[in-house]
Amino acid sequence: MKFRFNFQRHVTQGMLRNSYDRRTMVVGAIQGGIGVLLATRLGYLSILQNEKYKLESESNRVNLSLIPPRRGWILDRHGTPLASNRADFRVDVIPERMATPHETIAQLGELLSLSPVDLQDLRDKIDSAHGFTPVEVASGLPWEQFAAVSVRLPELPGVVTQHGYSRSYPNGPSVAHLIGYVGAASAEDYEKDRNPLLITPGFKVGKDGLEKAFEAKLRGVPGARRSEVTAGGKVVRDLETREDVPGSPVKLTIDGPLQDFAARRIGLESGSVVVMDCLTGGILALCSMPAFDPNSFVNGIGRLEWKMLNEDDHIPLLNKAVRGLYPPGSTMKPMGTLALQLNGVSPDERVSCPGGYRLGNRFFRCDAVHGSVDMRAAIEHSCNTYFWSMSHRIGYEAFAPVARMFGLGQEFDLPGTSQRYGTIPDAAWKMKRFNQAWTDADSLNASIGQGYVSVSPLQLAVMVSRIASGRPLMPSLLLGQPMPDGPALPLTPEQFAVTREGMFRVVNGSGTAGRSRLDLDGIQMAGKTGTAQVAKLVSRGSVGTWKTRDHALFICYAPTDRPRYAMAVVIEHGTFGARAAAPIAKDVMTFLFDPAKAWDSLLKLEQSWGGTAQERLDARYNSFVSQYGVSAPKVSQDAAKDGDVAADVPADEPQAVQTVVQNVDAPEPLPTVSPPPPPPATPGPVPSASPSLTPATPR
Amino acid sequence: MSRAIIPDPIARQPWGMLVPLFALVMLGGAVLYSAAGGHLQPYALSHVLRFCVFLVMAVLISHIPKRIFRAAAYPAYAATVALLVLVELIGAVGGGSQRWLNLGFMTLQPSELMKPAIVLVLARFYESLPSSMTASWRGLVPAGMLIGIPALLVMLQPDLGTALAICFGGVVIMFLAGLPLWWFVGAGAAGAVIAPIAFFTLLHDYQRNRVLTFLDPEQDPLGTGYHITQSKIAIGSGGFFGKGFGNGSQSHLQYLPESHTDFVFATMAEEWGMVGGLFVLGVFAVVLTWGMRVARSSPDRFSSLLGAGLSATIFFYVAINLMMVMGLAPVVGIPLPFMSHGGTSMMTNMLCLGSLMAINRWNAGSRLLR
Repeated sequence: MKFRFNFQRHVTQGMLRNSYDRRTMVVGAIQGGIGVLLATRLGYLSILQNEKYKLESESNRVNLSLIPPRRGWILDRHGTPLASNRADFRVDVIPERMATPHETIAQLGELLSLSPVDLQDLRDKIDSAHGFTPVEVASGLPWEQFAAVSVRLPELPGVVTQHGYSRSYPNGPSVAHLIGYVGAASAEDYEKDRNPLLITPGFKVGKDGLEKAFEAKLRGVPGARRSEVTAGGKVVRDLETREDVPGSPVKLTIDGPLQDFAARRIGLESGSVVVMDCLTGGILALCSMPAFDPNSFVNGIGRLEWKMLNEDDHIPLLNKAVRGLYPPGSTMKPMGTLALQLNGVSPDERVSCPGGYRLGNRFFRCDAVHGSVDMRAAIEHSCNTYFWSMSHRIGYEAFAPVARMFGLGQEFDLPGTSQRYGTIPDAAWKMKRFNQAWTDADSLNASIGQGYVSVSPLQLAVMVSRIASGRPLMPSLLLGQPMPDGPALPLTPEQFAVTREGMFRVVNGSGTAGRSRLDLDGIQMAGKTGTAQVAKLVSRGSVGTWKTRDHALFICYAPTDRPRYAMAVVIEHGTFGARAAAPIAKDVMTFLFDPAKAWDSLLKLEQSWGGTAQERLDARYNSFVSQYGVSAPKVSQDAAKDGDVAADVPADEPQAVQTVVQNVDAPEPLPTVSPPPPPPATPGPVPSASPSLTPATPR
Repeated sequence: MSRAIIPDPIARQPWGMLVPLFALVMLGGAVLYSAAGGHLQPYALSHVLRFCVFLVMAVLISHIPKRIFRAAAYPAYAATVALLVLVELIGAVGGGSQRWLNLGFMTLQPSELMKPAIVLVLARFYESLPSSMTASWRGLVPAGMLIGIPALLVMLQPDLGTALAICFGGVVIMFLAGLPLWWFVGAGAAGAVIAPIAFFTLLHDYQRNRVLTFLDPEQDPLGTGYHITQSKIAIGSGGFFGKGFGNGSQSHLQYLPESHTDFVFATMAEEWGMVGGLFVLGVFAVVLTWGMRVARSSPDRFSSLLGAGLSATIFFYVAINLMMVMGLAPVVGIPLPFMSHGGTSMMTNMLCLGSLMAINRWNAGSRLLR
């Protein structure tokens, strides 16, 4: 240092020139060094790492997009689709990729001429969606609108247009509960299964019913498209395409036209119709009405439609055929006669009906003074006195096992249905459930299908199919795959004949359903009406508000000589079985033998109802749109996400409906009417805490 | 010998440097033609035309005598500083930063003009500085101020890349002027201490991000690291012979940002491969070697310092740009001379080149006199 300081004082021009020469050499050497460094780096990148970067360049250039597979069709027994796919122009948005969601949605609204209600529903769907899951904006678009959006894609980041297929249910509400519906996979689905297909726009998974149960079979294998894309995501050209493999079809035992007819025949009522094949156990129709339109769930349900479905006291979101539980009322009686015969009661033994039955100091009133009745007449005229006196004598313990033998209180192996199995009560059950001893009054109530008894329409259909065929038929839904029969029924053909004779006379004799005789040559129907009490009544359950009216039931089979079809019809709050349920059964049965004739009578009825089920649903929706506009509350998160509508039904589903039975003249044990909420372990109903006597079904 | 056939003004041009340079510009034009999707417009044609215009300008400059260079050094520097202040004022009035002046027929970035101007003024300063003062504060402080004022103004714009280029040009002149070596060593050591502090206090967020991204581009592949990653993919995927003219998917599908300006080398390397890259490096080596040789063979202090400073300025452009596109330096907005599309950069580089040609003429003249 010091040396340098001294040195500086004597700097001369020559020294500077020397220094310059040396230092330019240094600078030049550094420049050359950097040049060599750059050349080395260039060689490293383009020779040594060439493979790696080639690959990355290709993965930039080529975009692999999945083509959602066409979903397998769901076919009825004739091969007609109940669920199919239609070619479709559609527009989706991926919320995460939208730069300016507000403006983008507004622009889409303009291009696709969406109404304020549509826009509101779209915003709801985007709010509840998780960023990466696509949200459908519109489908079924005309080419002009589709093209209008497609050409503006560069200005609309996050918007995806697609020419693909979407699920379609030609029969609309008729098959809603049976088939279920599809919807975009939820974020939870994607968490579980990180399949990129799940977040591909346009891909739908089964959310309910058979669509959900057969998801694996229906899904198919996605196709793929390799295309050259710019950094902005614009497709320059398609390189190659691998076609998708459509999902396999599922063929059902369902008879499509019958299903449609039966659903429409229910009309304005709330109820269900189940039809079974007495040869195979195959289910021909499984209807629950009113229903929703599964087509509108495919794109995610909107606010107004949700409000409309939820506010309907007919509970369109509940599959009543398998989840509705009702006291069977008098439809229990044919089974009851089989139980009596199994316990040694002679069919010819007569009981005198003076218009009721006295048990202790209480009088159980029958509907009429039937006089002297035997077993057949007891069915024919639905005489309660006969069953009361018999059950009092033999004991109710004789009834419950036979009821279970005939399918009541049982759950069946049917895909896509989440059944409730109801209650066939007995002493042990009551002790466990209420910690109370079984009483004679309980026996009397249960013997005529009231009190604690609750069953589903499906179980009723199974029961009548077993009575009609004499075989322990098991219901099935897949065509060509009948379920093996259950354990054999320990009854003789003669014993069955007695019961069938009684049911024959209900329709064709002087019985309660005489007006529902089939209007067909050589084909006769046998049946049994049921009128099940709903509430503690002051007057008969045929008047008053809809909610307090009796349930109307009817079970039947035809033809009587060689039973082929068995059916159960349950109309909620339909008043009398003979008035509300039997005529529907008659028309549906007629349809099976003479469709043209059945259509004639239905079309006339539908005129007075204001159109088909689908038309009424549409009209109702439109009236909601004009009434509420965009003011409806948001669809609840759970429903929007899972679409698990069945879990979301309002509190007053049939299970909670009380069968509080009228006590005519007894002061005795009276009902604490508010039942405890059902514990999760017991899916059965909660009947009234105090059973007492029943002025049950007449006619 | 050949002088008899070829006219003297033409024969006296430094063809050994110019011919490779023409080839480089033509390659640049071809790359820009491809980057525009196989069209002369909007890049390739204007690139070549500009080069021709500025080449005429450079030839004209090369005829300016040394004394005019000397006389013009301080006024040119002062005028450029004034322009820098003017941009700053316009920016302050207009709200927000501004780097250019709109002259009507073109936009001018005064900071670009400062690159040759700083070299010129420092060469003039050290020429006039008595030798004995070189190692005293008189040799350092005025020069430091001459560099500091424009560097600070450019920094305020904010334009880190150009500010660094100005400092680099200035410091190279100071180094070559014979300032004591330990000053530079000391300054380097101080810089090593100050740089981390400055990094966290002086730099703008986006500048800091660029540095961080440079250190780890994969950390943010879709954000600021995107540029470097895509550039490396473009160069690396080209291989030895490239994908072929017009076949660069990185640039054509817009994965490569700024494919016609700052990242033009990556665009070229994708289609022409390592062969093209080595050619570009080779031409720059020829041009810069020629420049340094001109400087070293200059008899007087002014022209030797000026020549070396101008070469260093061009070198700085080339080195920083190529290091950036190959992932060896952070992303700073510095174009590649003679290849990137852009008028100002072409003008600056041709000013440097024209001045070097002038020095070359002076040298030839002084050799003749001898």
